[in-house]
Amino acid sequence: MRLELRNITKRFGALVANDHINLTVNPGEIHCLLGENGAGKSTLMNVLYGLYQPDEGEILLDGKVVHFRGPGDAMAAGIGMVHQHFMLVPPFSVAENVALGNEKTKAGIFDIRWTRKRVKELSKQFGFHLDPNANVEDLPVGVQQQVEIVKALARNADIIIFDEPTAVLTPQETNELMAIMRKLKAEGKGIVFITHKLREVREVADRITVIRHGKIVGQASPTATDSELAAAMVGRAVQLQVEKQPANHKDNALVVKDLIIPNSLGQAVVDKVSFTVQGGEVLAIAGVQGNGQTELAEALLGLQPKATGSIKLDGRELIGRSPRQFLDAGVGFVPEDRNADGLIGNFTIAENLMLNRGNEKPFVKRGGLHLGYRDDFAAAKVKEFDVRTQGIRNKVANLSGGNAQKLIIARELSKPLRLFVAAQPTRGVDVGSIEFIHKRIVETRDAGIPVVVISTELDEVAALADRVMVMYRGGVVGIVPADTPREVLGLMMAGISPEKAADAVGQMMGAQR
Amino acid sequence: MSIYLASITDPPELDLSAAEEPIELRVIARRDYKAPLVMAALTALLMILLLANPRGGETRFGVTTGNDLLRNVPVLTPNAMTLGWIAIAIMVFLTALAFWFSYTYKRQWLWIIGLFALAAMSTFLAWAGAGAAGTINLVPLIGNALLLAIPLVFGALGGVIGERAGVVNIAIEAELLMAAFTATVVGSVTRSPVLGLLAAAIAGLMVAAILAVFAINYRVEQVIVGVVLNVLITGVTTFLFNGWLQPNAMTLNNTLAVRFSQVPIPFLSQIPLIGPALFNQNILVYLMIFAVAAVWFALNRTRWGLRLRAVGEHPKAADTVGIRVNRTRWIALLIAGAIVGIGGASYTLVANGAFNREMTNGFGYIALAAVIFGNWDPIRAAFAALLFGFAISLQTVLSIIGSPVPSSFMLMLPYMVTLLAVAGLVGKSRAPAASGTAYVVEDH
Repeated sequence: MRLELRNITKRFGALVANDHINLTVNPGEIHCLLGENGAGKSTLMNVLYGLYQPDEGEILLDGKVVHFRGPGDAMAAGIGMVHQHFMLVPPFSVAENVALGNEKTKAGIFDIRWTRKRVKELSKQFGFHLDPNANVEDLPVGVQQQVEIVKALARNADIIIFDEPTAVLTPQETNELMAIMRKLKAEGKGIVFITHKLREVREVADRITVIRHGKIVGQASPTATDSELAAAMVGRAVQLQVEKQPANHKDNALVVKDLIIPNSLGQAVVDKVSFTVQGGEVLAIAGVQGNGQTELAEALLGLQPKATGSIKLDGRELIGRSPRQFLDAGVGFVPEDRNADGLIGNFTIAENLMLNRGNEKPFVKRGGLHLGYRDDFAAAKVKEFDVRTQGIRNKVANLSGGNAQKLIIARELSKPLRLFVAAQPTRGVDVGSIEFIHKRIVETRDAGIPVVVISTELDEVAALADRVMVMYRGGVVGIVPADTPREVLGLMMAGISPEKAADAVGQMMGAQR
Repeated sequence: MSIYLASITDPPELDLSAAEEPIELRVIARRDYKAPLVMAALTALLMILLLANPRGGETRFGVTTGNDLLRNVPVLTPNAMTLGWIAIAIMVFLTALAFWFSYTYKRQWLWIIGLFALAAMSTFLAWAGAGAAGTINLVPLIGNALLLAIPLVFGALGGVIGERAGVVNIAIEAELLMAAFTATVVGSVTRSPVLGLLAAAIAGLMVAAILAVFAINYRVEQVIVGVVLNVLITGVTTFLFNGWLQPNAMTLNNTLAVRFSQVPIPFLSQIPLIGPALFNQNILVYLMIFAVAAVWFALNRTRWGLRLRAVGEHPKAADTVGIRVNRTRWIALLIAGAIVGIGGASYTLVANGAFNREMTNGFGYIALAAVIFGNWDPIRAAFAALLFGFAISLQTVLSIIGSPVPSSFMLMLPYMVTLLAVAGLVGKSRAPAASGTAYVVEDH
């Protein structure tokens, strides 16, 4: 089936999310949509999938104009979607999720056996290992994604949209997904692959369309280099790797020993984790999302009151202390979810910049706010950290992801620090801001401060780390040098010990020859 | 071509099985003593009761109403204190067992709690009935429990359906009350209990429709709409009762003679103890048993149920596969309302022969507690509702035989059972993830 989008325009109020977009997808082709976060890729796909109605333009399937009033129509027409945030019902079984909305019934009774058989058939055909009776919530993310794919296949989708599918996967799972996409292509399916990761694009794309600010800015060839693609995406040349001198270790250090953090079910989400970060080095904590990094990061600010073990900063024991005491000990902290934990959307930029200074002179004098000082401080920081805004009295909710993140970095770096912890510092941040934030993190390290960076992106880990600690199921798989090959890191993220991972990768290289 | 790329097309033998398994974390040893502690406290309380206030004589237990296989068995008259202490000994043993299970990290088995409840009940009955001239007849005790549980079971079923679809139905109370009222009026006028029952179902459905409009279409906080509806319907029925029913009591509020009568089921009603209690009942009780099974089946085995549960767990996911979330919720709420309405009819078509103001007496809230206690499962919720019904039935029996417990204390009993049940013994429960949150359809 051939898909064609003609002049699709979608507006949200004054914002034009898609501006007269034309796109074709042929059977047996992987068409990549490359663009930064907020460029309008997902909006376009939601229009195609019937979730949004376009303000202008039309959708054609095999040359015929179609109208989708909802996802049901799109699916009936043969369009399937693998959503970025999986659209699966967690307590349901794989078969129930696949059947949902498309159930086969016998005399009104839901025929689950037929669906189970169908799941097994499709699994076999495409090389998945799906147990139709397993509950989706018990499955790893990579397998959940396969359920999403089977969901589309079970509805005989001819065109499958993958919306940022690799964001949640380990490198190995990503490889597997790429193989699956190739297989689907070989079966004659048309594939739309939405991403902002350059390497993946070059690996599987037959055609690349680059979107910026809601407009198509051009086509690119899969043979283009990373920097060419990045420049097309951002609209200017970007430096993808920060320059970094070798680490210059200092004596001060963060020493974590036997840290255990239980969750509400009494399971150890962080299980006997020990590590040391010297002043002047960056320890990157890598791992697939949900392996305990979030909780570990929170414990480094005292946000996990049930944590046991030891967290020593400059020789002082901090375990069991309140976040206030952690802050007073000199911890700067960039939380993983900036909107939920980092900023108050309805406060102004100036107010957000003094959130952690609420009991400090000269911000507060005799219980009253010193507004003049606050505003001067904010103006200076906004300039220093290149936060693009119309003024310090603007609400933070109106900032873009990259600018909001720069604001948090500005706040956390503008006080005397003894430790800097940054969780997912560039998640959902545009390439231009990533460059800036990475530079700042390296500067902090060079100032002799121990830095902990938690990231699920291997690119980021490679860019910043002096050493890499890989976490899996709450434990430490290993702490390895920064120049460890990413294939080895990838295997470690699946729980395989560094030695075995190195062996396996060695064999792989051997197998190539 | 890089190594990285080649590894995709030609994967060597490599054990990646670790990545296939679900992530399982080590459980930090933690013992949960909630259930054994509650059991120990109850045992201690009953021991204190027996020690501080021992009562001599015998307790008379009846086991038949004269038309089943046990019809020739005489009234049992065990010595009250002996029975009491034997039962307490059993309770001590079960409590110790429960502590042992907790100590060894085993889960608490339901049969332990069930046996414990039985033993505690025996102790209490032996003590309360000691020396009394009246007989505690177990058949009507259970039979009445079933009768009293009708509005609770139907209410709980309605609550389960609503919440599994993602709408918290606090308005069960209002639906019961409106249905009871409507059943009286229609039953009195038409002299037909079946028409009264139908009207009650429709009345429940109408109240549910009001809830649906506000909770689904206008996305008002569901708990608040529910509470407001309860107050509103109380006011409406009281107003109509005072101004309309009372002056015309003989024609509009008189279902005494049109009530559902007992229909014994041949054979089954001969079974000792539960036969006459369970199978010599009115149609509504049979309908109740059928409804529990039907709701369970519909939720778990039909397309309708699958979609309903999906909408209650992850409405967005349901939306993206073409299920109309709010429509599904509307239908679920209407069906739930009709089911609750049938339960409400029991007030005036089974129990009383007339409507009285505020006659539902907070049963709607107890039904809601049964929903939670029953972990949002229709069968378990129905059993929870039966437990409450039993507590109320017990209160009646004890006040008839003249037990030493003050009647105002006995009135508290069902509510205390509710609290204990919900607080101490539920264990791990999990509500439908989207229950209580309105779904905003984005664009289409």
